[in-house]
Amino acid sequence: MPIEYYLILSSVLFSIGVLGVMIRRNAIVVLMCIELMLNAINLLLVAFSTYLGDGHGQVFVFFIMVVAAAEATIGLSILVLIYRNTKGVDIHQLDHLKH
Amino acid sequence: MELIFFFVMAVLSVLTALAVVFSKSPVHSVLSLIATFFLLSGQYVLLNAQFVAIVNLIVYAGAIMVLFLFVLMLLNLKDEAEPQKSNLVRISVTLSAGMLLLTLVGSLRGAIQLPPSLASSATVGLVENLGKILFTDFVVPFEIASILFIAAMVGAVLIGKRNKAQDTEPLTTF
Repeated sequence: MPIEYYLILSSVLFSIGVLGVMIRRNAIVVLMCIELMLNAINLLLVAFSTYLGDGHGQVFVFFIMVVAAAEATIGLSILVLIYRNTKGVDIHQLDHLKH
Repeated sequence: MELIFFFVMAVLSVLTALAVVFSKSPVHSVLSLIATFFLLSGQYVLLNAQFVAIVNLIVYAGAIMVLFLFVLMLLNLKDEAEPQKSNLVRISVTLSAGMLLLTLVGSLRGAIQLPPSLASSATVGLVENLGKILFTDFVVPFEIASILFIAAMVGAVLIGKRNKAQDTEPLTTF
C-alpha cells in the first residue's frame, strides 16, 4: 500500500473541510468541518507514523484529540451563549466587531 | 485485498464528508460525520494503529459527536432552510477549495520516495509501545493536557452559566 494513497485521501478530506467552513452559514456545521480537517491531519500523521515505524506520530494524534475535545467543548458553549442572545447560529449575524 | 478495503473505505469516507458539507439538515451532517469517523477508524486499523482507531471511535465518534448532537437538540433550530451564501461567494469558495486540493496533491509530484520500513510498524501502534512513548518523551505535555482540560471545563461552565441579570434583561439585543 503506497503512502501516496493516504496523502491524497487526507488532502481530499482536508479540502472538503475547508470548503465546508467557507460555504456553510450554520456555525455548528462550521465547527464540524473543523473537526473533519483535524481528522484528515490525524490520518496523515498515522500514515506517516506507520510508514516510518515510529510511534511519535500516533502520540501527536492523541494530543490533537485532546485539544479537539477541549476546543469543541468551549466552541459549543460559546455557541449556546450566542444562541441565547441572537436566537440563531447564523455566522452572518456575528459581524458586530466590523461595525 | 487490503487495497480493495482501502478504496472502498476511502470512497465512502469522501462521500460522507461531502454529505457533511452539503446536507440541508445539521442532524444529517452530524450523522454523516460519525460515519466518516468510523470509516477513518477502519483506515487506522488497516495502518496497524489499533490504539488510535479505538480512541478515535471512543473520543470522536462517541464523545465529541454526541456533544454536537446534544447542542443541536438543545438549540432546537427550526427546520427552515438555512440561509445560503450568495452564488458568487459559493462558486469562488468552491474554486478556491478545489485549487487548494490541486496544490496539495500537486506538491506530491516529484517528492522523494523513502523506502517503507514496514518491518517495525507491526508493533508501533500497540498500546504498550505508545504508552512507553507517551510516559517517557511526552510526560510533561500529558500532564499539561490535564490542566488544559480543567481550564476548558471551568471555561465551559462559566460561559454556559445563566446569570441572574441576564434572565431579567437580555445582555444585548441584536
